[in-house]
Amino acid sequence: MSTIEARGLRKTFKNTIALDGVDLRVEEGRILGLIGPNGAGKSTLLNCVLGLIPFQGELNVIGLDPWRARDQLMREVCFIADVAVLPRWMRVWQAIDYVEGVHPRFDRAKAEAFLARTQIKKTSRVRELSKGMVTQLHLALVMAIDAKLLVLDEPTLGLDLLFRKQFYESLLNDYFDRTRTIIVTTHQVEEIQQILTDMMFIDRGKIALSCSMEDFENRYVELTARPDSVGDARALKPIHERQMLGRTILLFDGVGRDRLGTLGDIRTPSIADLFVAVLGDRQQAQGAAA
Amino acid sequence: MSTMTNTDSLGPGMQGVRAQTASRTRPFYWSLRREIWEHRAIYIAPLAVAGLVLFGYLIKLSRLPQLVRHAGTLPWWKQYLELALPFAIAMASVLITGLIVAVFYCIGTLGNERRDRSILFWKSLPVSDLTTVLAKVTIPMAVIPVVVTVIALLLQLVLLAAATAVLSMGGPGTASLWAHWPVPQMSLTVIYLVVTGTLWYAPIYGWLLMVSAWARRMTFLWAVLTPIGVAVVERIAFDTSYIGGLLRYRLKGFLDLAFVQPPRNMTAIDPAALMTPAHFFGSPGLWIGLAVAAAFFAAAVWLRRGREPA
Repeated sequence: MSTIEARGLRKTFKNTIALDGVDLRVEEGRILGLIGPNGAGKSTLLNCVLGLIPFQGELNVIGLDPWRARDQLMREVCFIADVAVLPRWMRVWQAIDYVEGVHPRFDRAKAEAFLARTQIKKTSRVRELSKGMVTQLHLALVMAIDAKLLVLDEPTLGLDLLFRKQFYESLLNDYFDRTRTIIVTTHQVEEIQQILTDMMFIDRGKIALSCSMEDFENRYVELTARPDSVGDARALKPIHERQMLGRTILLFDGVGRDRLGTLGDIRTPSIADLFVAVLGDRQQAQGAAA
Repeated sequence: MSTMTNTDSLGPGMQGVRAQTASRTRPFYWSLRREIWEHRAIYIAPLAVAGLVLFGYLIKLSRLPQLVRHAGTLPWWKQYLELALPFAIAMASVLITGLIVAVFYCIGTLGNERRDRSILFWKSLPVSDLTTVLAKVTIPMAVIPVVVTVIALLLQLVLLAAATAVLSMGGPGTASLWAHWPVPQMSLTVIYLVVTGTLWYAPIYGWLLMVSAWARRMTFLWAVLTPIGVAVVERIAFDTSYIGGLLRYRLKGFLDLAFVQPPRNMTAIDPAALMTPAHFFGSPGLWIGLAVAAAFFAAAVWLRRGREPA
């Protein structure tokens, strides 16, 4: 059974179409990066998955309709909506007591062990903690819950580099065990590229590109062409071209590395490069048309 | 409480116990606990008022023996004003504080969790909207009434004890004081007043909770100006005042239902004898009000469920 399965998922707000027929399938044990420009529909998609808003079309999360069976779903699904949603008046020990009191799969010892490695004092109020510490606390609570699906919506927004690195390290080392599924959205794409198993671009309510990281590495090649072979390279139909420091950098989809290797330096592009190639041009085209 | 939870080092035996009980959850109990954690005014405000009243009465105590001696020469109702009224005011101020706290709690609670986005944290846990709103309803309908009743009754005993101590130490004696303030009847009156008032005001709490779940901002204005506005429009458009009458009835009608007017020729005030519980609990106004309250509570659950987060 897939962890998430959607067919023709649609969500419209008053005058805008936030999700325009999304089909997707996320298998158990994957770490999916959901990437898209602001207002692309990422948060709407996650809100549908979490049963926070009603939707049209078909959507199954661990076999449940998230809107109808939300209370049941929340026993198996966890999410960090973004930083700073922990109630500011709450004390650390209150947060632990509360989650233990309401969540059947919460392991108090685990949360406390994680907090013991931080500077967080149990008697502190959330409002007294730094932004990084609030995230650590939230992570401690969430990682102590034995959930099947963890959704992270911009979990590291506004954190400094060290906290961000630590966050994803903890997530991989202490939490992820190949039977859980994680979905994460972030603007700091390059930082999570290494941990993802799948990626998905979403743009204007539609899925623009979806592939596993294996496919990504096999399919896409970035070529920094030698000046004399730019013409030959262009003949191979790059999906994107840009100039950097006087050199031409081309991105190819499904062109053999052997072939491209003769035309210049090749490397696997970053997700960010591909993002710009796939979505940046669209938006420029849109801008030009407008 | 905090000491209990601060002992991290559980023995191996304890952890076994913990694992067994781990799956037993009490969402309603913990939702209620967290409301009280968040809104400490629920008990701090009535306690503070009780403290102020006590402070005032302690100052009055020095004049009390003289007052009592003098009061013997006065008509009964003047004696009553001198001796019993301070007690009545003391207890009324605690009860009214509870009412104010309840009103502000209801106006704030469902809007604030949306505005500070903490609703996303609450909703990330397996606690249904129904459980959450029920816990929030329980605060004005049960927690605050119990808290203010206990505080008011304790305050009464403390004031009486203080007065008794002063009057019996070489003073004029406590007989007239105790005659004017019969503790069992007065305690019963306080409990009756709180029960009838809470049930009567249930639709007001329900209305405030619903508006709080609905309004994006300015909850207070929506909650207060909407009914007033409707009443004014009715008055202007139709020259009638059904709505206005209804509002007045809901705000102060319960005293007429729960008590009879004291007879003109009475010679002592015994509020317990003035209670009319049969009249109150038999009045359609009460039951219609409770039905309306239930509808408002249900609407609040529905709104919390369907509102966009943030």
